[in-house]
Parts: sequence; structure tokens; C-alpha cells
Amino acid sequence: MRDELPDERGKKRASGESRKPRSSRIRIIGLGNGMRGDDAVGLLVAHRLRQEIGDRVDVIEAEMAGVDLVELMKGANVVFLIDAARSGQAPGTIHRLDGSAGSISAPIFPRSSHAIGTADALELARAMGVLPATVIVYGVEVENTEVGRPLSSAVAKVLEQVVGRIVQDCEACRA
Amino acid sequence: MEGTGQTKSEGEKNTRTIAVGTIARVEGEGALRVTVKDGRVQDVELKIFEPPRFFEAFLQGRHYDEVPDIVARICGICPVAYQMSAVHAIEQIFGLHVDGALRDLRRVIYCGEWIESHALHVFMLQAPDFLGYESGIAMAKDHASLVTRGLRLKKAGNAIMTLLGGRSVHPVSVKVGGFSRVPFRRELEGLRDELLWARDAAVETVRWVAGFEYPEFTPDYTCVALRHPDEYPFNKGRIVAGTGLDISVDEFERHFSEHQVSYSNALHCTLQGAPYLVGPLARVNLNHDRLPQAVMRVLADTGLSLPLRNPFHGIVARSIEILYALEESLRLIDRYESPSAPSLPVTVRAGTGIACTEAPRGILYHRYRVDGDGVIREAKIVPPTSQNQGRIEQDLRLFLPRVLDRSNEEAALACERVIRCYDPCISCATHFLKLDMTQDA
Repeated sequence: MRDELPDERGKKRASGESRKPRSSRIRIIGLGNGMRGDDAVGLLVAHRLRQEIGDRVDVIEAEMAGVDLVELMKGANVVFLIDAARSGQAPGTIHRLDGSAGSISAPIFPRSSHAIGTADALELARAMGVLPATVIVYGVEVENTEVGRPLSSAVAKVLEQVVGRIVQDCEACRA
Repeated sequence: MEGTGQTKSEGEKNTRTIAVGTIARVEGEGALRVTVKDGRVQDVELKIFEPPRFFEAFLQGRHYDEVPDIVARICGICPVAYQMSAVHAIEQIFGLHVDGALRDLRRVIYCGEWIESHALHVFMLQAPDFLGYESGIAMAKDHASLVTRGLRLKKAGNAIMTLLGGRSVHPVSVKVGGFSRVPFRRELEGLRDELLWARDAAVETVRWVAGFEYPEFTPDYTCVALRHPDEYPFNKGRIVAGTGLDISVDEFERHFSEHQVSYSNALHCTLQGAPYLVGPLARVNLNHDRLPQAVMRVLADTGLSLPLRNPFHGIVARSIEILYALEESLRLIDRYESPSAPSLPVTVRAGTGIACTEAPRGILYHRYRVDGDGVIREAKIVPPTSQNQGRIEQDLRLFLPRVLDRSNEEAALACERVIRCYDPCISCATHFLKLDMTQDA
């Protein structure tokens, strides 16, 4: 069941006390670069998830987050990250990795600002002792990430599939 | 991820190639090839991939009001610099003079970008070199509190960017004539406490980095920076050099020339045929008399004497500029009164406009030709890293002889450290720098 719609400009709602608490422990963070073709996939998935379940979980579209990812994950118990991946598999292949269990493979995730990519940011958070208890990384295999290119059809095709899987994951977390 | 040594033989007799896979902690994609013959350094070729070149073509045919959003995407680390040089150049064409509170806000957002960019480089990218770690992550395991301080400092810069730019990366509110939205005074005041904490942390940072052990290395530099009559430079000033050069920004292309080198797809920029230095070290050397007393006292306490000639002292200059950016943003926030309108009205007219502003890594030159409909017909962008390329190569030439007796891996690591002094921002998305060194067997 969905919460009621928030009031304009985040004003405290009259029925605030009776409102079900928003699940602040689940956070969805979409990563990437919106101008580089398939590199935008994480941002687009997050955008869709905001429409689907943004009233129940925190959704952040973090363009070129780099090291800021450490800060963006703080305070959450469960984090879902969505990023572009490149491991040589067919474009559109969906990877689901457990970032909390151990290092995820750095080379398959493109690096962002200051040469710090998703895998590096997770390791930094781990080294600092601030990694959330559960971090699930969804990587979508990309075809092209050149400046100004549109999303490839292979990636566009699986976008809703990733959205659906994360919605299911979130439901499982909340169950 | 990190620079890992890997030796391979090359077919040519009496030579060997040292290939270092990925040099860590630089921004961008590129490669370095060093050739050593008879124990002497022959060729030092820094090859870099540079997106601004593509953006120059990309901008043609776009409307002027799209330019700030497009150029912000050139770099995830210095988008404000690209926006500022762009809007100033276009405002020159339209005869707009952005002043008062709007100008102050532009300085404040630029402060935010310097804080973000410099804090990351000081703490995560360069400090590991001085503390003996292969990466910021390895350093964080032993020095979590230092890294926490660095990330919190960076976050103070992010907060400024988010408030004034609408978001911390690729800000969206900067426009020709001003901003699409300006903050209320109370919103800016909301930043104050964190900026005060950050100012103290910045003082500590200067003391910390000044205590590092630095190699004796003092090449003879020509420093180039903007210079303003009263201010430490961000948006405005004349271009000055240690050689005595003192020109208006409009004269840039008469004195500075770009030329192609076969091994790099970024153009090399020279001043009267010679390489030169831009960035924090050059700015501090040429503009230290524009720093506030409080900042100068902190610099004087380090015991370092000006001008700073050692490229490794770039980390000190960068830390001093973090402190300056905090002092300056606090000063401007304290006197801020909301302007009557977030931007000036624009009357489009045809012409050519030129501007240069101080990006975190040095002067960033933009020239645009706009037609009567406000459409960009020509764009030229000269980023700081392309200006520093020749200087990096010179430094490597001078530094390499002292490490040639070391193992291939150690020599390559030393090269990486020299390169990192410049905080090169080679490109903005894909990142690796390969290093090949060929020398006598």
C-alpha cells in the first residue's frame, strides 16, 4: 500500500503523526553519466524507481558520484546501487552482485569522477567502517558510452526488467 | 586500479619496454611513453584523450542558452569553471555586466568547486603518495579520521554547489545573465556553521601537508594565472606570467598557441613557444599578495618561502586555496543581500566573446562566435590540463634521471607521482593512464 502524497514543498502534513514511517533504511542510488549513452542506465532506472516506489524508499540519482557515494550511502541499512557495467558479456546482461559480502570486481564498472568508481567507493566505505549492512549492486552491461549517444536498444530493452527486480527486492526487504 | 608494474620485452635489441598497466589517481584516459637510450632520457610523450575538443564541434549550432548546461558536462569535477568561462564570454557579446550580489554568488559557487576538487585531490589522490600508500582506500584503513576530514571538507564544497547550482555535480542554475534561481539569505546562512568547521579543518590541512617530506626538485617554471586588482582570481582579471607578460584575456591567442603533437589527441599549448604552468602553484606564486592576511599567516607558518618552485608543493598550494575559498565564501555570505532579480535581461546580438576564468587546475579559456539568432557558430576551449601537458613532460624529463637506477616499477611509480602533482584532469569518464618506458637493457 502506498503512503499518501506529500504536501507541496515538503510542508509538514496535518496527518503526519498517523502516517506510516517512510522506510529510511532502504536507499536506491542510480549512478552514471546522463550524457554518455548507456552510461545513463543507472540514472534512468533510479528515475523509474522514483516513480514506482519513491514514496516508500529513498531514491537518489547520483550523476558521477565518485567518492561522494560513501556519503550518499550513510545512514541506510540496505542500499541498491545501479550502474553501467562492462565485462565483455552481451549488452543488456544484468549483473546482481552483493557488495557487502566482499569486493566487487572493479574493472567491470566504469570509473567516475577522479578515477573512483563504484567498486572503489564501496571499498573506501568498507575501509572507513561505514559500509551499510547490505549493499546490492545491479550492473547493466553497456554497448556504448560515447558522449551524446542515445541509449542502445539492448540496454533500453532490459531497463524495465531491472526496475521490476529491484521493486521485488525492496518488497522482500520490507516483508 | 592501482599502478602495477609489468615488464615485457620488446623485439628491438638492447631495449626493453616497461609497461605499467593503469596509473591510479589521475583523472582521465591517457598514456605516457618514455624512451631511454644510453642511459639518457630521449622521448617523454604524454598521450591524452581530451573531450573538450569534441565539445567545440558539439556546441556549433546550439542556442546560446544551452551552452552552460552542455559545457558543464565536459567535466564532472570542474563544471562551474566551464560554465563561468562560457557565460562570461557570451555576456561579453551581449554587452552584459553581471555585478553586485550576482557576481558574488558566482564567486561563491566557484569557491564550492575549488573546495570539492582540491579536497579530493589533497586527501584521496595525492596524500597517499606522501604517506606511503598505494591508494586512498589503503590509506583509509589506517587513517580513517583523516579521510573522514577530507570527505567532510569536500562535502562542504558540495553543499555550496548544491545550494547555488541546484545539484553538486553538473550544476544547472548558472545561466547567461546570472542564475535561474538565487538563494535566500537564510539559505546561505544555513551553510555557515559547516563552512566555519571546514575553515578550521583547512588550516589543519595546510599544517598537515606542509609537514610531508618533499623531494628536492625545483625546476624553473613560467607561471601563468589571472590577476585582478583586488581579488584572488576566479572570474576576472588580466593574464599575467612570471616572464612579465601582462595582457588582457582578449589577447590570449596572440601570445599562446596550440599545436598538435602526433602522439596525443589533445593540443599542446605554449607561451611564445615554451611550456608553462597553470593551476594552484602558479596562482599562489603570482597572487599571494591578494590572499587575506589570515590565509597568508597560515602559509607563512609553514616556513615555506615564496615563490613555491617544487611541483610537489602543489599540494600545499591546493590546501591554501581550500582555506582561501572558505574564507572568501564566508565573507561573501556575510554580506549577501538577495538581488532584485536572479538574472539580467538578455538582448541577443551577433559577435565574438572571449573569457578566461580560473578553474581548479588553472586558466580555462573560451571563445564563442554567436550569430544574430543567438546560435553558436564557433567555439574554442583551451582547458588547463592541455596547457600543463608540456610542463608535465618537462618535469618528467628533469625528474627521470634521478630514478633511472631504480627498478622499472619504482621508476614508473615515481613518474606517476610527478604526474599527480598536477592533478591532471585528462578526461571525464573513462579513466586509465598507461605508462610505457623503453630503455637500454
